[in-house]
Amino acid sequence: MCSTCGCGEADVRLTTLDQEGSTGHGHGHGHGHVHEHAHADGDHDHVHVERDEELRTHTLELEVAVLAKNDGLAVRNRRWLGERGIVSLNLMSSPGAGKTTLLERTIAAAGRPVSVIEGDQETLFDAERIRRAGARAVQVNTGAGCHLDAAMVSRALEELQPERDSILFIENVGNLVCPALFDLGEKRKVVVISVTEGDDKPLKYPHMFAAADIVVLNKTDLLPYVDFDPDRLTRDAQLINPDVQVLPISAKTGDNFDAWLEWLS
Amino acid sequence: MHELAIAENVVSSVLERTDGRVSVVRLRVGQLSGVVPDALTFCFEIATMGTALEGAVLEIEEQRGRAHCRSCGEEFSMEDAFLLCPCGSADVQLLAGRELSVTSVQVA
Repeated sequence: MCSTCGCGEADVRLTTLDQEGSTGHGHGHGHGHVHEHAHADGDHDHVHVERDEELRTHTLELEVAVLAKNDGLAVRNRRWLGERGIVSLNLMSSPGAGKTTLLERTIAAAGRPVSVIEGDQETLFDAERIRRAGARAVQVNTGAGCHLDAAMVSRALEELQPERDSILFIENVGNLVCPALFDLGEKRKVVVISVTEGDDKPLKYPHMFAAADIVVLNKTDLLPYVDFDPDRLTRDAQLINPDVQVLPISAKTGDNFDAWLEWLS
Repeated sequence: MHELAIAENVVSSVLERTDGRVSVVRLRVGQLSGVVPDALTFCFEIATMGTALEGAVLEIEEQRGRAHCRSCGEEFSMEDAFLLCPCGSADVQLLAGRELSVTSVQVA
């Protein structure tokens, strides 16, 4: 594993898909890539040392955030994106909630260039769907990894080079647990939940809903067929995250999609 | 299983700041940090294998969630992840519970 950024441990692979559909090579991970390793503010060591002469040991006070390295890289990603006027959104959900369908429809309707960093453990399926929808995509395959981190996004940005003033979606690995902890440098975190998953998810996965800037309630076209109470979902999500907005849409039929596009703009 | 990634971050943080002759690594883990202490302890053993920290003991100080209620003005300890004051108000501000840091190490 790379002890600096941790980016080798899960056999992470990058594959670039341009709009014409040719598969670019994902750069190997021989550490030819240049990325600075920023440090978050407050990442400092105390030199306060308590000695225990009898045991010949001493305590070294560190007080360093465990994810300081990830957070430092996220700060750097955020600055890089901000300088280019790129609006970046981290899309998180269970597998199958409809993230990619949401993106396909968004690409067609956004009115400005869209590019996508696709995170999945395996396959290029999603990046291929994005490319067919008319946007550039880089697929990050995390292997055994269950989430994207800021180092993976940093590498993906070097490959993707999103254009100025565009929208960048980072479609995280489908998982309602682990991605909540890792800042990628995005501007906003979007949690997608579909009506087929059940309205009890905010209380079952509070960390994800606590991290969300907006909750998109997808597949509302299926509401007549499932026991799902949108009011309960909203109430519980706001119990975890009082200011969070819940936006019901159907990415398949386009119902209420204008509200999503308005939020994006 | 993000605890493995967390454990690897702990190991690299400690190795960057010490020569690796460390017998105890102490963490502060907030109850709202999204990290399960037992899983982290299990992963720490795996993450230290083959490193200078192999055999080091992980000590976790769990920190309770604490919040301030803007409605009644009271501070309260949280039993779970719900931002709800015992007075019934949801207009609360989280004060503590999301921490995830290496507090100190015992250098052998």
